[in-house]
Amino acid sequence: MTTAVEQREPPRVSGGEETNGHLDELRIDPIALLNRVRAECGDVGVFRLAQRDVVLLSGADANEFFFRAPEEILDQAEAYPFMTPIFGEGVVFDAPPERRREMLHNQALRDKFMRGHAATIADEVAHMVAGWADHGEIDLLDWFAELTIYTSSACLVGKRFRNELDKRFAQLYHDLEQGTDAIAYVDPYAPIESFRRRDAARVGLVQLVESIMERRAAAPPSGDDERDLLDVLMSIANEDGSPRFVADEVTGMFISMMFAGHHTTSGTAAWTLIELLRHPEDLDAVQRELGELYAGGAEVSYQALRAMPRLESAVKEALRLHPPLILLLRVAKEDLEVDGFAIKAGQMVGASPSVSNRIPEDFPDADSFQPARYLEPRQEDRSNPWTWIPFGAGRHRCVGAAFAMMQLKAIFSVLLSDWEFELAQPSDTYRNDHSKMVVQLQQPCVVRYRRRGAVPSPSEAAAGDARSAR
Amino acid sequence: MPGPPVDTDAILMRVAVDLDLCQGHGVCESEAPTVFELAKNAKVTILEERPDDGQRAEVEAAVRYCPTSALRITEEE
Repeated sequence: MTTAVEQREPPRVSGGEETNGHLDELRIDPIALLNRVRAECGDVGVFRLAQRDVVLLSGADANEFFFRAPEEILDQAEAYPFMTPIFGEGVVFDAPPERRREMLHNQALRDKFMRGHAATIADEVAHMVAGWADHGEIDLLDWFAELTIYTSSACLVGKRFRNELDKRFAQLYHDLEQGTDAIAYVDPYAPIESFRRRDAARVGLVQLVESIMERRAAAPPSGDDERDLLDVLMSIANEDGSPRFVADEVTGMFISMMFAGHHTTSGTAAWTLIELLRHPEDLDAVQRELGELYAGGAEVSYQALRAMPRLESAVKEALRLHPPLILLLRVAKEDLEVDGFAIKAGQMVGASPSVSNRIPEDFPDADSFQPARYLEPRQEDRSNPWTWIPFGAGRHRCVGAAFAMMQLKAIFSVLLSDWEFELAQPSDTYRNDHSKMVVQLQQPCVVRYRRRGAVPSPSEAAAGDARSAR
Repeated sequence: MPGPPVDTDAILMRVAVDLDLCQGHGVCESEAPTVFELAKNAKVTILEERPDDGQRAEVEAAVRYCPTSALRITEEE
C-alpha cells in the first residue's frame, strides 16, 4: 500500500513519558487511554507499550484495513506474549485462517452440532441451579465462570471429560486468566504475584488432567460411543508405542481450546443479566418473548437455534457496551500506509472494540443500553460491520460467535423461565476489572435469585414492608 | 403518477460473496443448497450467481443468517 505521496508519521497521544511508555496507564485505566488516543489523534494515533509503538486504529475505514489485512502483513501470533505461559510453549495462540477454518469444520463448532450443544448447555444450567434454594444470592463472576467451564468442556472436549471436572478446575482456570497482566510486554515471566499464581495454576491443571488420564488408562472406554476427544488423543501413539501426547501437552490444548470461549461468554452472560436488571422494560420484553417460545413446552435444544430478536438484541447491546476484549493487536510485518499515515514494520497495530463500539456517528446515544438499535430497520450491527466489533471482523472474526450466541440463548432460556433476579448492590457498583488483559467483572458482583412463584423470604418481605412504609 | 409498467422478470438478483469474510460455517448451504456449496475445509462456492426469482426467499435467508455477513444480494436489470 505504499504510494509516491509522502506519508506522515501518525500523531502521538499525550503522556507516556515513563520508561515503559503508557504501560502503567494501560494496566490501570486502559479504556481512558484508548479513548484519549481517538480524541487527540483521530482514526490513527500512537501510544507506547514498553519498547514498542502501538498504532491504534479506529473508525470504519481504518478498522476495515486492520481486519482485512492478511497474516503476512499484520501478524497476530507475535502480538500476545502474555498467552504463551498459559498455553505452554508450542501451543500457538492463534492458528492461521486456513487452519482455523479446518478447526471449524473438524471440531465442535459446525452448524450441524449446534442442536446437541444447546441440549448439553441447558442440562449444565439445570445442573447448576439444581443446588439452589427457593431464594439466595450468587456472585456473577464465580457462577458464570464455573458454568462456562462445564459447558465449554462438555461441548468442545466431551461430556465424559466434563463429568470428571469440578469447581477446582474452574478456580485454577480463573487464576490462569488473571495471569494476563500487560507487564508481560516487558517480561512474561516477571516475578509478580499474578504470574506466580498463573504458573502454579497451570501445574495444578496438568495434575488434574494427568490423574484423569491415569484413571482412563486403567479402565478404557468400552465402546466408540463413549469416546471423547481425550480418549482420541490418548489413543495416538508414537512408532515405539509410547503415547504421542503427555498430560502437559493435552492440558495445553484443552486450555487453548477453551480460552477464547470462556471468560468472553461468562462475562457477556453476566453483563446481559446486569443490563436487563437495570432496564426492566427490556427484561419484560425478553421474558415475554421466551414465554411465547416455550409456551407449548418446547425443548431448549430446538428453540435456542431459532430467532429470539429481543434476547439477541439485549446480548448484542451488552457486548457493544462491555466487549470482553478491549484491545486487539497485531504486529506489522512490512511498512504500511493507512489514511495517509505511515506504519513501520515492527510496530504493533491495534483496534479497540471499546472505542469503536461507541462511536456516536455510528451508534446514536452510544453510551446508553438500547437493544432496539438492532431491530429492523436500524440494524446497527449489520450496518456498521467495521465498527460494531465485539467479535472482531474480517479474517480473524471470532469463529465461535454463532456458538456463543446459541449458548447465551440456551442459558437465559433456562434461567429466566424459572427464576427471577434482582441486583443486590447499587447499580453503578457493577463494573469490569481492567487491570489484566483478560477483562473480568470486578467482585463483589452479587445478584439475588428467587424461584418463580416462590413466596418471598421473611427478610425480603420485611424489606418490602420497610420500603412501602416510607 | 404511476410509472411505466415494470417487467419483474427482468430484475435479476445477483449474489456476491466477500471471501475475506467467509469462514465456511455452511449456514448458506443449509438455507439454499442449490445456490451455495461448501466443500470440506473450504470457503463458499456460489453455484448460481444469478438465481431466479423463485429462489429469492431462501437466498435472502442465506444472506440474513450468514454468521459473518459475507454475502450480498444486488439487483440488476
